[in-house]
Amino acid sequence: MKFKGRRIVGGNAEGELIVSYKPLSFLGGVDPETGIITDAESDIRGESIAGKILAFPRGKGSTVGSYVIYALKKKGKAPKAIIVGEAETIVATGAIISEIPMVDGIDVSKLRSGMKVKINADSGEVELLESGE
Amino acid sequence: MYLTKEEELALAGEYGYALQKAMEILVALGDIYGAERLIPIKSAQIAGVSYKNIGEAGIEFLRDFVDAGAKVSVYTTLNPAGIGDDEFMAKQAEVLNLYREMGIEITSTCTPYYGANLPKFRDHIAWSESSAVIFANSIIGARTNREGGPSSLAAAIVGKTPEYGLHLDENRKATVIVDVQAKIKTFVDYAVLGYHLGRTLGNDVPYLRGIKPERMEFLKEMGAAMAASGSIALYHLEGETPEYGNALSGNLETVTVEDDDMKAVKEQFSDDWDRIDMILIGCPHASLFEVKEIAELLRMRGRPLKIPLFLTASRAVKALSDALGYTETIERYNGKIIADSCFVVSPIKGWYSGIATNSGKSAFYFRSFGFNVRLDDVENLIREAP
Repeated sequence: MKFKGRRIVGGNAEGELIVSYKPLSFLGGVDPETGIITDAESDIRGESIAGKILAFPRGKGSTVGSYVIYALKKKGKAPKAIIVGEAETIVATGAIISEIPMVDGIDVSKLRSGMKVKINADSGEVELLESGE
Repeated sequence: MYLTKEEELALAGEYGYALQKAMEILVALGDIYGAERLIPIKSAQIAGVSYKNIGEAGIEFLRDFVDAGAKVSVYTTLNPAGIGDDEFMAKQAEVLNLYREMGIEITSTCTPYYGANLPKFRDHIAWSESSAVIFANSIIGARTNREGGPSSLAAAIVGKTPEYGLHLDENRKATVIVDVQAKIKTFVDYAVLGYHLGRTLGNDVPYLRGIKPERMEFLKEMGAAMAASGSIALYHLEGETPEYGNALSGNLETVTVEDDDMKAVKEQFSDDWDRIDMILIGCPHASLFEVKEIAELLRMRGRPLKIPLFLTASRAVKALSDALGYTETIERYNGKIIADSCFVVSPIKGWYSGIATNSGKSAFYFRSFGFNVRLDDVENLIREAP
């Protein structure tokens, strides 16, 4: 199965999904040292986004969140790629400065944590490799 | 989005890594928000200054950007810095130095318009401090979206911003009419009105009628509160602000504000003096007139305050206050003028637990940090304070 979204930051990635169905704040919501979600309101609290393909509906919170994404990248704890329903300034900027492939326009409610996906961010395509069940 | 040949080259990395990354940010935002092109800006104002907010992650990014040769290409000033212990202040100085190396003027204020960063009517700018954004859009009639720290820095480096949102005429029209029936007279009345509107309207462009502010500071305060409790970036005021004449079109919903709405907000911020251990004035940063007013009120009070009074202002206003003797007067009564800094972005939890203020924006933030808050006009605060 393939989903077609829009390129925000180009590049390719393949890996396991971690999916949140709630808007995500990086500042105060993700530990920049470990990549673990700390946001009390998050449905993936306590889980790590490091090395995974992170999908969520949209970013929220402070624009400083962009720098948290950058810090994750420098520490090797960033997600391999980012998939969002709707891109906004904070996450898009963070992905650009951190050079993390990113696509938007994907209905994340169709995605599940544990699924294996392949992303071609240049064409905006997300391909489902394994259901991960 | 349409890009000129120069812009294409910058995006391709012909002019180095920093300009390329800055262009990538602007182009991505332009695509996300449907801009057709980039437009030149006259000035930038950058958030992401306090070490409390940007932390090590921000320093790391700024250092990499400086190392890559990042320089701003338009006049750029900064948001206020934070105040903390020695370790914090060393980190804070590091942040400011990195910005300085990019060619940014290290004036750190939420009121750049009281110093050298004063746009004119219809100028396109890229500002990020929410109270300065709403001031520039509404009172001056300059044009800016509510930028984030990184996006305003990108705009400063390129000297351009994507043309969307409040840069376009059609998005500057009112989306709701606010009929103010409540009695609005003092500075704090305006703060409370702003707080109430931010809470109830979210991100509308309100068209207000029924109020006639005596001073510009009242509008500065109202806008700051609106932008803090909500995300309003532009309002129009009938008979007062420069674009009100073209702001209405079509059928708009009308909401009214009554005395009871004002009372409801005021009651939330009425903690007793025995739960207050500092007075905070100057949010947004005080004008010279506001400083003078405090100095006069303290002199009339005639005895020093038992709890400290902090008055935050831009370095420009502080320098004038020093020269005119207001600083000395204020210090004599246990007050202090603090330049280019902001308590909202400072790690002061533990130093103080309750603030008395005339600022709706400060009331909003300090309540959210768990402080006791007393909101009242400076005449009352200085007369009643222990």
